[in-house]
Amino acid sequence: MKFLVCISNVPDTTTKIAFTPDNKEFNKAGVQFVINPWDEYALTRAIELKEAAGSGTVTVLNVGEADTEPNIRKALAIGADDAIRVNAAPQDAYFVAEQIAAVAKEGAYDVILMGKESIDYNGFQVHGMVGEMLGIPTVAPAMKLDMSGNTATLEREIEGGKEIVTVNTPFVASCQQPMCEPRIPNMRGIMTARTKPLKVVPAVGEPARTTVAEYALPPKKQGVKLIDAENAGELIKLLRNEAKVI
Amino acid sequence: MSVLVVVECADGEVKKSSLEVASYGAQVAAQLGTTATAIAVGEANEANLAKLGEQGITKVLFDAEPRLKDFVNNAYTKLIATAAEQEQAKIIVLANSNIGAAVGSRLSVRLKASLATNVVELPKTDGGQFTVKRGAFSGKAFSDVVLSGDRKIIAVKKNSTEAKHDAGKTAEVTSFAAQLSDADFADAPTQVVMQDQAGGILLPEAELVVSGGRGMKGPENWNLIEDLAKALGAATACSKPVSDVDWRPHHEHVGQTGITISPNLYIACGISGAIQHLAGVNSSKVIVVINKDPEAPFFKAADYGIVGDVFDVLPKLTAAVKALN
Repeated sequence: MKFLVCISNVPDTTTKIAFTPDNKEFNKAGVQFVINPWDEYALTRAIELKEAAGSGTVTVLNVGEADTEPNIRKALAIGADDAIRVNAAPQDAYFVAEQIAAVAKEGAYDVILMGKESIDYNGFQVHGMVGEMLGIPTVAPAMKLDMSGNTATLEREIEGGKEIVTVNTPFVASCQQPMCEPRIPNMRGIMTARTKPLKVVPAVGEPARTTVAEYALPPKKQGVKLIDAENAGELIKLLRNEAKVI
Repeated sequence: MSVLVVVECADGEVKKSSLEVASYGAQVAAQLGTTATAIAVGEANEANLAKLGEQGITKVLFDAEPRLKDFVNNAYTKLIATAAEQEQAKIIVLANSNIGAAVGSRLSVRLKASLATNVVELPKTDGGQFTVKRGAFSGKAFSDVVLSGDRKIIAVKKNSTEAKHDAGKTAEVTSFAAQLSDADFADAPTQVVMQDQAGGILLPEAELVVSGGRGMKGPENWNLIEDLAKALGAATACSKPVSDVDWRPHHEHVGQTGITISPNLYIACGISGAIQHLAGVNSSKVIVVINKDPEAPFFKAADYGIVGDVFDVLPKLTAAVKALN
């Protein structure tokens, strides 16, 4: 079984978001980048399934410029076998999906996994686009993934419940908790990751369909109005008469 | 040229988020000088579909194929694509739900349309550009995105726009057949399992939310959260540490790596307010924080706060709500 795991390079979850003075770009100064937390579920589950089957390969794919390589090496240290970097800044979801679809087709991967969405762009789009480009099913967002031969059984989250879906390879799934416990690299993994193959390929396809004109931060709160704990019931009156939300 | 709105139904009712989407679509149609047509998915009821006239929908397409009751990605995509071609829709509006995102992303490739998800406002169409405002950085920021091409798909974030109600207006419900075949249902679910929702209120769509963190000290104390939620008619939620240790199910986890919500009222009980948690809730209209630590960072993001022990405060709030009603 050939797994392709798509990882995105995103600001650490503790990052305080700031933009360049013209608000056109995210200000990367002093920001620590990590593997997108949702993608860690995809990566770990692919490695677990490979180990359980006793055969197969896990390839990580990132669309990004050379500065994403430390996180690609981290994915190799966690347990992926090799990596591909499409050498281009990720312009929008459509552009990224085109790159993934091209790599997936070229390498004839059986299972294409990624996180539910990236925590920076929050598109929640790439999985469906890749599935449609390749003409194969997408299961998104998946909370559970088990494989038996070429057949996968997944739990797909729907509002208020879940669906059990069975698909044959090849397919795309976007992953989220509680699929697995994401792994962290161990010392042996870090040592071996240095020599694992990382191939850099050029971007393909059409240009992006969407462009960001401007970023903005949410409006600041006016300040908190404190209510005495002894008189907590007063809060309910304020919520009805002042805030008018209940 | 028209606007096509995808309305999700469950148990015969149009979902609340789809009423918002219908209203949004009708307003976009008015901006562009055209009309809005809806296509129904899920378990729909014709009488309820006709009521979409109240949100400004002129016509509703309804395919009575029984297998459309449950979400099937391929079948839904084909159904909506067929409707979009028939109606010559240039704009398709859907909810930023798990269904909307799954279908919208496939449709954007099939119909060669540009796609924006997580949209929070009506589009701006001045200067020949089509711009939408959407949430980014997991609730920590917004971005204005320009959509190119002559076909566009917009997925609207729940609770970010209000559904208008023009009482008494009705839409014309028309039967529609997308000629779906067995192959279109190949990825149909083998089983659908629904959770027991507290009071039947779905967290992503809830207007009022009561949420608990580690300060609740254990799952056995959640009755305090549930009692207040029940009295208010609110949904319950939790912070990441709480779902990580399985005090509460994962689908209740709000935050950067859980779900982001924007209810009218968010009451945080025993949650310190780490930046990752704030990201998931900071578009709530009113935030109330109850925490015994006056230095908890959440107070900086709150509208109202009580510095006190949640075990004392919560029963008082529940009693006050009951007294009010």
